[in-house]
Order: sequence, then C-alpha cells, then structure tokens
Amino acid sequence: MADLKEQVLTASGVNPLKCMRCGKCSGTCPSYDAMEYHPHQFVYMVEKGDIETLMKSESIYKCLSCFACIERCPRDVEPAKLVEAVRLAVIRQQGQNHLKPQQVPEMLDEELPQQAIVSAFRKYSK
Amino acid sequence: MTFSYFPGCTLKTKAKELDRYARISAEALGFSLEELPDWQCCGGVYPMAKNEIATKLSSIRALASAKEKGQPLVTLCSACHNVIKQVNHDMQTDSNIVMKANNYMKLEEPYNGETEVLHYLEVLRDKIGFDNVAKAVKNPLKGKKIAAYYGCLLLRPGKVMQMDNPENPKILEDFIKAIGATPVLYPYRNECCGGYMTMEEKSVAENRSSLVMNSASEYGADMVITACPLCLYNLTKNSGSDVPVVYFTELLAEALGLK
Repeated sequence: MADLKEQVLTASGVNPLKCMRCGKCSGTCPSYDAMEYHPHQFVYMVEKGDIETLMKSESIYKCLSCFACIERCPRDVEPAKLVEAVRLAVIRQQGQNHLKPQQVPEMLDEELPQQAIVSAFRKYSK
Repeated sequence: MTFSYFPGCTLKTKAKELDRYARISAEALGFSLEELPDWQCCGGVYPMAKNEIATKLSSIRALASAKEKGQPLVTLCSACHNVIKQVNHDMQTDSNIVMKANNYMKLEEPYNGETEVLHYLEVLRDKIGFDNVAKAVKNPLKGKKIAAYYGCLLLRPGKVMQMDNPENPKILEDFIKAIGATPVLYPYRNECCGGYMTMEEKSVAENRSSLVMNSASEYGADMVITACPLCLYNLTKNSGSDVPVVYFTELLAEALGLK
C-alpha cells in the first residue's frame, strides 16, 4: 500500500530513514506498557510500508502527546508524529471515530477537567 | 504592563482558582491580564500533522487578535500554552500552513507568527523578574518543601517551547525560591502524568501519577505545584498519594498576602 505510506509520511513530515534503531523513544514512552506496537516499531513499520497492521492496532490510541520521544530522539526522527499520522489515517475515514460523544457521560466524575475531554476528542475523533 | 490573556476552557470551570489567583497576583505585581474577547478552546493537544489546518485555527485567531492589540499573549494552562506556542511556531516556519490558514481566515493583514507567546511563569521571570517577585512577598512560605511538577507540556518540545532546559528545568524552582520556600528536586518532575488517558485507560494514568507522587514524597516534598489542571487531577485522583497538589498561582497569591 504505497499510497498509505505516502499519506503517513506527508502528514507526519517524518523521515523514518533517519532512525538508527537505538530504541530510546520506546525506552522513554510513558505508554509503553499499554502499547502492542511501540514507538520504535512505528518507525520501522512505516518505513517498510506496513501501515495497515498499525492502523488495526489499539496502539494508535495510546500516545499521550507528551513529546518525550520527540525531545529525546538523538536523530530528530519524531516518532509521535508517525503515531499521530497513522491514527489520522484511521479516524479521518467516515464513521471511524474512536471516541463517540455518547460514551463520554459514563467517563466523567465531578472533578475531571474539561481539558481531559477536549484532549481525548482531539486525539480520538474527527 | 498589559498583556492579552488566553484563559482556556478549564480555567473557566474546574480550574477557576488557577485563573483567579493569577489575576489578583498580577495586579499586585504591577501587570494586568486583558482577557481576549472571543477566544475559543485550543483543543487541549497540539495537532501534530502537517496537513491539519482547521484544528489550528482557534489558536491562530487568538494569536492574531493579540497581534491586533500589539500585546504579547499570556497563557496559564500548560496545555493551552503548548498548543498556542507550537501553532505559532508553525505560523513562523511552515509556509503551507501559513498559506492555508491565512487563505481561510481572510484577515485584513495576514498572520505570520508575529505575536510573542508567554507563559505566566515567563512573565514573572522575564518581564517582572523573580527578584522583584521576592521583594513583593509579604508572607514568605518559609520552611515549606515544595516539589515542582512540570509534566510534559510546559517544556516539550524544547526547541519550540524555549521556556527552559527541557531535561533540567529550573523556572518553577526559581519561583519557589522567590516565594520564600525550598524547592525539592526529584527525578519524575518532567515525566507525563498520564494525561487524558485517565478517561479511557485509567491504569496508565494511575501508574504514571503514582510514579510522580511517590518520587516527590521520597525526596521529602510537603507539597507539589503545577500549572496544569489535568496534571492536578491525575496527581490527586489517580496517584493514591495524600501529598497535596496545588496550582502555583495559589501559592503566589498566598505569599503576596492576597489569600
């Protein structure tokens, strides 16, 4: 699926060939344990063009946008931008929102800040 | 000194104290925050994709509105600051985003990232000066051991945010010293609290927040301060720790004798 790879590379602006496979991105990722595919795997799987496997994985909803992998990558690869671009390839499709408004009320408690809800919508839905 | 001010959604609802103490402290320190009239929610997280335009417009509107007034734009919530500062960076550097956003907005004069974006802490450090903050303190918080929690959004990506050294920051510790207290350094002060994942996968937020709070306690903190409502929520609700977490503006107001 060359066009999917192209789409992910364009949206992310990332060049996965810069990666030297040190694994620091995954080592520093706060969501590591919650992910099936980890940040460094996103980099090489995008490079290989294996986008559909990533699109089917829940891992695309686990990135916290904390920018740790972006900050700490010694080669400036910016793995989080690949996770974001793969997720967008999914949720930009009609009917593929990961979080639907009707699911929200049961996730709320008295103190949950609005910031959590708007952030989740931005990451999970179009 | 007057600054345009972007409070953001949560400071009008669950985090009113973060906002209120910032405003009264500002007046006491000789600057004022002029809330932008028609600000819209920043969206909470920076849209990273190069071809995301619509999700950046609320930030660009706020930035353009501050530019019209000729004022720097001040933020307080870490998330708003991160989003607006990163979008402003796009408007300075990404010609495709600049062109598309300006074509859409049809402003009288195109916006090209001219506005200076400052976090409230940067106003204290760079415009007022922590030495002057210290001089204005009426009720120094002597003997209090306070751990600064930066989280992720204030500092990263360091190249864009340019607030401080992203791996060894000191702006909050310098703030703590200015109000007369003692800063506590601990390893997890710039690691993520688990953010919005508290909604869908609480265990991630619980693990992350516990790491932060246990680390702060271990190093002897009486209290943790933050600038982010979601961090405050996670660190109090999801960590299992009883060490208090408060907004830095609340302590500022207390030290200035306003609380």
